[in-house]
Amino acid sequence: MGCQSSHPSAIPELEEIMQETGFSQASVVRLYDRFQALDKEQKGSLSKYDLQGIGELAVNPLGDRIINAFFKEGEELADFRSFIRVLARFRPVEEGKSKETGRPEPMNSRLSKLRFAFQLYDQDSDGKISRDEMLQVLQLMVGIQVTDEQLVCIAERTIQEADQDGDGAISFEEFATSVEKLNIEQRMSLRLLK
Amino acid sequence: APCLVAGWILVASLAKIVFQLSRKVTSVVPESCLLILLGLGLGGIVLAIAKRAEYQLEPSMFFLFLLPPIVLDSGYFMPSRLFFDNLGAILTYAVIGTLWNSFTTGAALWGVKQAGLMDEGVEAGLMDFLLFGSLISAVDPVAVLAVFEEVHINETLFIIVFGESLLNDAVTVVLYKVFNSFVEMGPEHVQATDYLKGVASFFVVSLGGAAVGVLFAFLLALITRFTKRVRIIEPLFVFLLAYMAYLAAEMVSLSSILAVTFCGICCKKYVEANISRKSRTTVKYTMKTLASSSETVIFMFLGISAVDTSKWAWDTALVLGTLLFILLFRAVGVILQTWVLNRFRLTPLDRIDQVVMSYGGLRGAVAFALVILLDGAKVRAKDYFVATTIVVVFFTVLVQGLTIKPLVTWLKVKRSDHHKPTLNEELHEHAFDHILAAVEDVVGHHGYRYWRDKWEQFDKRYLSQLLMRKSAYRLKDEIWDVYCKLNIRDAISFVDQGGHVLSASRLTLPSMPSRTSMSESSVTNLLRESGSGACLDLQVIDTVRSRRDKEDAVMHHVLCGSLYKPRRRYKASYSRHFISPSTQERQDKEIFQQNMKRRLETFKSTKHNVCSAKSKSRLKKDGRKKKKSAANAELPNGKPPRSVTWQQTAAVLVAVDSDDEESDSSETEKEDDEGIVFIARATDKILQGKTASVGSTLP
Repeated sequence: MGCQSSHPSAIPELEEIMQETGFSQASVVRLYDRFQALDKEQKGSLSKYDLQGIGELAVNPLGDRIINAFFKEGEELADFRSFIRVLARFRPVEEGKSKETGRPEPMNSRLSKLRFAFQLYDQDSDGKISRDEMLQVLQLMVGIQVTDEQLVCIAERTIQEADQDGDGAISFEEFATSVEKLNIEQRMSLRLLK
Repeated sequence: APCLVAGWILVASLAKIVFQLSRKVTSVVPESCLLILLGLGLGGIVLAIAKRAEYQLEPSMFFLFLLPPIVLDSGYFMPSRLFFDNLGAILTYAVIGTLWNSFTTGAALWGVKQAGLMDEGVEAGLMDFLLFGSLISAVDPVAVLAVFEEVHINETLFIIVFGESLLNDAVTVVLYKVFNSFVEMGPEHVQATDYLKGVASFFVVSLGGAAVGVLFAFLLALITRFTKRVRIIEPLFVFLLAYMAYLAAEMVSLSSILAVTFCGICCKKYVEANISRKSRTTVKYTMKTLASSSETVIFMFLGISAVDTSKWAWDTALVLGTLLFILLFRAVGVILQTWVLNRFRLTPLDRIDQVVMSYGGLRGAVAFALVILLDGAKVRAKDYFVATTIVVVFFTVLVQGLTIKPLVTWLKVKRSDHHKPTLNEELHEHAFDHILAAVEDVVGHHGYRYWRDKWEQFDKRYLSQLLMRKSAYRLKDEIWDVYCKLNIRDAISFVDQGGHVLSASRLTLPSMPSRTSMSESSVTNLLRESGSGACLDLQVIDTVRSRRDKEDAVMHHVLCGSLYKPRRRYKASYSRHFISPSTQERQDKEIFQQNMKRRLETFKSTKHNVCSAKSKSRLKKDGRKKKKSAANAELPNGKPPRSVTWQQTAAVLVAVDSDDEESDSSETEKEDDEGIVFIARATDKILQGKTASVGSTLP
């Protein structure tokens, strides 16, 4: 963890970032410090290798997928902007913010959070979680005691539960409906990022 | 005396039945109110008859017998995740809130006395008032449970108020004892060190109580690990050890409520994994019954005890002042604390929540019992206090209890949605947790989840191995659990419906059973509405309509198949490494083969699912090696059918290393988990039939 804290002026595009993500200046500075601390070779952007260096991510079942989420399709490096964009999803939802129809959806809204999670499931980005993709996620998350056949059962049942239009895959709307009772705002928010 | 006890419980229970008869009344008036009023009435009758109040709420009886079941019930069924998520808030309200309440109330009352508004008869100094304040300011778990249960507010709010009521016991106990001793010593002799001792004793009492609870939970989990052969007395252990935790804490003057609460919270996970399903059900229902009856008796006795006016001494200023102050100071306290807490919480508590919280601070039987316990010689104003306490308790339970429902509706408080978690939710919950943990790591933040993950790792590696049975430990996986539970529930409900239909269709095997489509659709409807929100796995009922009948027929045959065989035969089949198929099995296999061949495709999914139900209900499968599903593909015809079959079975069963203890206990296991077993057994048949047919159709 970097001990020195950056001066706000050192951060490129500070204003735009604050505007886009909604973070306060202090948060942006803090995240920039973290970005620089992770960037071991000081090259100004993160590679997958840097993120994999975080020990705890290696024991996280979804660690690799999350690391990939920071990087755009096919790219090897992530700059600070992309880094903080991903993290903006996890900003706590503000209470009492009225829905302004004109503005684009804020990055930390419930739908955005769900969309982020959906993208983690949907690796081929076809807008649907197929049975195979579900099975892959399950394989990641469920312990080794459970056999493959059981996983197939679970995957099938999960799809059955959520699938409303009967196409054998879960679209984003179906996904959102299936978790509507969960307290997403709390489960996918980091207090630190207020 | 036993006759008396039984008599009172009977009266209380009868009253409960009577109340429930009238839906309209119970929807408006919470049960506790009715019970208190009933108690009042009964007490009045007794008074009129015997010219003196016979029955009282004895503090010793209350603390020893009536309170523990309720606390145990609430601790055991506490949603621990929710509890620990909100632990910060709960602790704040419990500790700081109670302290604030007691000091301000006591001081305010003393102020009123100084102002001369009180009757001269109330001889009490500051210490006495502080003592009184301490016992009157504690939110009561019994009352909270009774009232909030009917209101169904959202879980966060409920857990905060309820958790507060449980945890403030430590504070109350300490304050009570401290002030009691101060009063006995006389205010003049109190020194600074005594205050410090008081503070120190708070930590000792609370942490000690919790430690006692955890210790007993540990013991309990350990014991249940070894109770495989004595299934019948498993529930007994649960209750015994929990009660002993209570008593142990009482004896050492630690907080017994905390002990039992933590005992319940901590032991639940391991105990549930270790004991059989029947024991689990027994424990659950016994606990609920005990708790419910205790609650009923408590409220009734509260009513009865109120009638004994010999213990009373009325002072208007005291009573009114108390009422006013507890309401006022609770509201103020809640607002202040919430303001501080909201800076740290993820989901802030808004105004409405605060209103509900301050309004939900009900006092109850604990306060009453404590006030009766006061030493009349030392605390000269005891009678006044008793009267005040009674009024306060009545007021909170009756008035606040009555009005809280309309208040909640009027304020549009977020209600709770009781639904069993669907598989999707369970899965995604886990996924979100992992995601958030990963993001936390990326950001470099050691959040709460970090510690929780660490705890879970520690638990997995050491505790679970120590405390849970080998078999249960192996299977411990939450997603799988939910899946199996859902399966079992669906299967049971299906069977419930299909049972009567079954008898008609039993012997018409290849043909469609003569069923009306009405019953069939009713089954599907039943299942759809059963709340799991998931379609039944047993048949892919919702797909092609033409298949449906076939599916149902297959399932009926499944159930049929189970009825053919008496239980004995099956025992042999679950031996360690091989089965000795009796002729009956082979015969059945043939019967099914025809059907299986025709329904191979659709059956594939059902096989998996039904087997899975089985694997859950029989946690131990001796000597099954874990096989990949590749075994499915490579069934050589040459192999004798039965071993192939069992390999097939193994593929869907979780591997358990052959423990010697398990082989002979599989029989007892069978006896216990009888409910679902027969379906499971049937799956063997299907498997056998299927694999044989698969084997034969493979090129």
